[in-house]
Amino acid sequence: MMDILNILMSESFWAASLRIATPLIFGVLGALLCEKSGVLNLGIEGIFVTGAMVGWMAVWLGLGLWGGVLAAAVAGAAFGLLHAILTVPLGLSQHVSGLGVTLFATSLSYFTYRTALPTVSSPPKIESFRALDIPVLSDLPFLGPVLFQQTAFTWLALLMVLLVWYVLNRTPLGVAIQAVGDNPDSVDAQGLSVYGLRIGAVVAGSALMALGGAFLTMSAFDSFFFGMVNGRGWICIALVIFASWRPGKALLGALLFGAFDALQVRLQTEVGALVPSQVFIAAPYVLSIVALVIAARRADYPRALLTPWFKGQR
Amino acid sequence: MTDTKVLSLNGLSKRFGSVIANDCVDLELHKGEVLALLGENGAGKTTLMNMLFGHYMPDAGTVEVADEAGQMQALPLGHPQAALAAGIGMVHQHFALAENLSALNNIVLGSERLSLLRRDLKAARAKIERIMQHTGLTVTLDTPVGRLSVGERQRVEILKALYRDVRILVLDEPTAVLTPQEADTLFENIGAMTREGLSVIFISHKLREVLAFSQRIAVLRHGKKVGEIATAEADERIIARMMVGADTPETARQEMTPGAPVLTLQDVSVTGRSKRDSLTGANLTVHAHEILGIAGVSGNGQSALAGLISGLNRPTSGRVTLAAEEVAQVTPTNMIKAGVGRIPEDRHHDGMVGAMSVAENMVIERLSDPEVQSAGFLKKDAITANAEKLTADYDVRGPGVGARARLLSGGNIQKMILARVFEQSPKLILANQPTRGLDMLAASEVARRLLEARAAGAGIVLISEDLDEILGLADRVVVIHDGEMIEAETRDREAIGLMMAGEVTPHEPQQSGAETQ
Repeated sequence: MMDILNILMSESFWAASLRIATPLIFGVLGALLCEKSGVLNLGIEGIFVTGAMVGWMAVWLGLGLWGGVLAAAVAGAAFGLLHAILTVPLGLSQHVSGLGVTLFATSLSYFTYRTALPTVSSPPKIESFRALDIPVLSDLPFLGPVLFQQTAFTWLALLMVLLVWYVLNRTPLGVAIQAVGDNPDSVDAQGLSVYGLRIGAVVAGSALMALGGAFLTMSAFDSFFFGMVNGRGWICIALVIFASWRPGKALLGALLFGAFDALQVRLQTEVGALVPSQVFIAAPYVLSIVALVIAARRADYPRALLTPWFKGQR
Repeated sequence: MTDTKVLSLNGLSKRFGSVIANDCVDLELHKGEVLALLGENGAGKTTLMNMLFGHYMPDAGTVEVADEAGQMQALPLGHPQAALAAGIGMVHQHFALAENLSALNNIVLGSERLSLLRRDLKAARAKIERIMQHTGLTVTLDTPVGRLSVGERQRVEILKALYRDVRILVLDEPTAVLTPQEADTLFENIGAMTREGLSVIFISHKLREVLAFSQRIAVLRHGKKVGEIATAEADERIIARMMVGADTPETARQEMTPGAPVLTLQDVSVTGRSKRDSLTGANLTVHAHEILGIAGVSGNGQSALAGLISGLNRPTSGRVTLAAEEVAQVTPTNMIKAGVGRIPEDRHHDGMVGAMSVAENMVIERLSDPEVQSAGFLKKDAITANAEKLTADYDVRGPGVGARARLLSGGNIQKMILARVFEQSPKLILANQPTRGLDMLAASEVARRLLEARAAGAGIVLISEDLDEILGLADRVVVIHDGEMIEAETRDREAIGLMMAGEVTPHEPQQSGAETQ
């Protein structure tokens, strides 16, 4: 018991939680934005892989760190556009299209990586984002290491929480996105474009997802390797429901998952001899399912989620 | 009313696949006028208005609208945005509202530039409050629309149009979901607005309100405009004739002496997801040779009552007695065995299996009957012969008894269900919205069959949202509101309307009936 308390009191545990949560924050926000407009985007897992690969490769090719962030976002937006065209004006099954995008984006990313680097055996490294060193703030006890020694990429994620919340709740565009996810007819009858709003939301949401992937290769690690996304996209799809489609709760959900994950790594070293390690690895996922079961019972799904809308068919 | 023309539709045509929804329709509207667009279900009223508002792209034809200076301008078609900009607003029958947003957001939606980073809701709120004060159409602006009543949602829809400063307002079946009083208030509001220059087109198939509230009537039939008449010169017979193209047979109801009770509910409660799908302490008796009409605005417990009589909902308390025997367990099988015939509300979904043949659908409620099967094998020939006879008797038209039931039209599906129910000589018939969506000839056929069953000794529970239908057929009227049933001791529309709105307690119906007369 004392061990757990010690872990929970330590700076490194909380710093790790936020670091693990960062890609999830991007992913949940992206999925939230898509779903608020009425489109489920199961392409998220593949878009994470694309973001990770493209971001890393852009830096490796010399475009600089922020150039890499931008490149990842553009690549994610492109796959988002593909998913949006298939599901919005063409009205195809959002599940099938999304899984297709995941397979396509994953394979294309691996293919591109292998084609560009046919001979390397160990993944090349890039100069990744460094921990911030802000005078005074970074030296604060506890808060310093937890908040102010993170990378700028983590701060970008926190900024995005505010931005997505502000756009959805305080701008005409956000209100229109919420309306199109509830009843597309309401938007059409007021002279706005259902297709435009949905495509826009899916493209923007997919760009955010790709940033989650890019964080992995550009901040958490410094190279790209196969299988590194490892289900993080799927976790985000579950966390959106946990968050009942609210940006603030999305942040909370991502942090909770991050904390579970950070805790299991530490517990494993403390009591690893007694319990098989698989139990610890599975723990955050099991706990997410439990949290989801509790939260999802009250979940308020966007009413038009998964329902295609066609002009001229009322 | 002045003679200034504000709108003209010229030769609008629209087809969906092989179906011609509108065929070269011309229509004019003048300033300050209330024009009623009348026609049966499927006559093309809504399609015509959806073309005007830009939801549909016409195949042919043009629309001209007067601009603010009164000059007629061609309206770009197929864009709701253009219609709104030209001063045309539409109140949809199926409300186009986002239920997760407040009334305020729904009203303002689309009028702000999407690229704005901040919203000026103060000015919007002030403008809406001014409109609400001026027209008497009030709603609470900050409540999510999902929590508003149906009447309030409709006011939000109208406010949406008025907020955009429309000069022409189209209302699609505006009273379908309102109590008679709410409907009267709505038309009073519309009257006041037209005196200030608003022009209104309202779609309806209710002759009574068309005669009471319009100045001119245009009638559509099978997608064509078949006539136009000043309301002052019209009466129900004339316009019914224009709508149907022939005289509808009168269904004369003869007085009958009720027989023994066939259905008794004693303090029966059904618990649904909300109070509106529940019944609380219902007491009801239906006798043989009697039609009991259940009047009420939809969503006040009708589905719980229908579910109970069909055997789909189990009562949480109380006693259900059918033909003098208490029903121990309310299940569909037990109710059918006890002699309940069921005409469900959603005939496509609950009344048949669309993928099975007409013949199979006609015996689907008695598959264990030795006439239909022996030793577990269906008697194909007997089933076909039964269907041949019934389709002839009940005039079910379609591609044949072997064809899949979903290929039948709505009216013929209803006739198929009537044949299935009435052939078993049920003691009790549940008729839930039996004429909804049917054309007038098919509806009068349903009414005739119900009266025949009553003469043969059945007790009938008739659930309908159409008060005129209930008053025309029922021997007694019970009003259902918020899951509670109250017998109406009067047949006065006003008094029943007040009960439907829940404004009258069971003990004083007479009194308020007298007040409003």
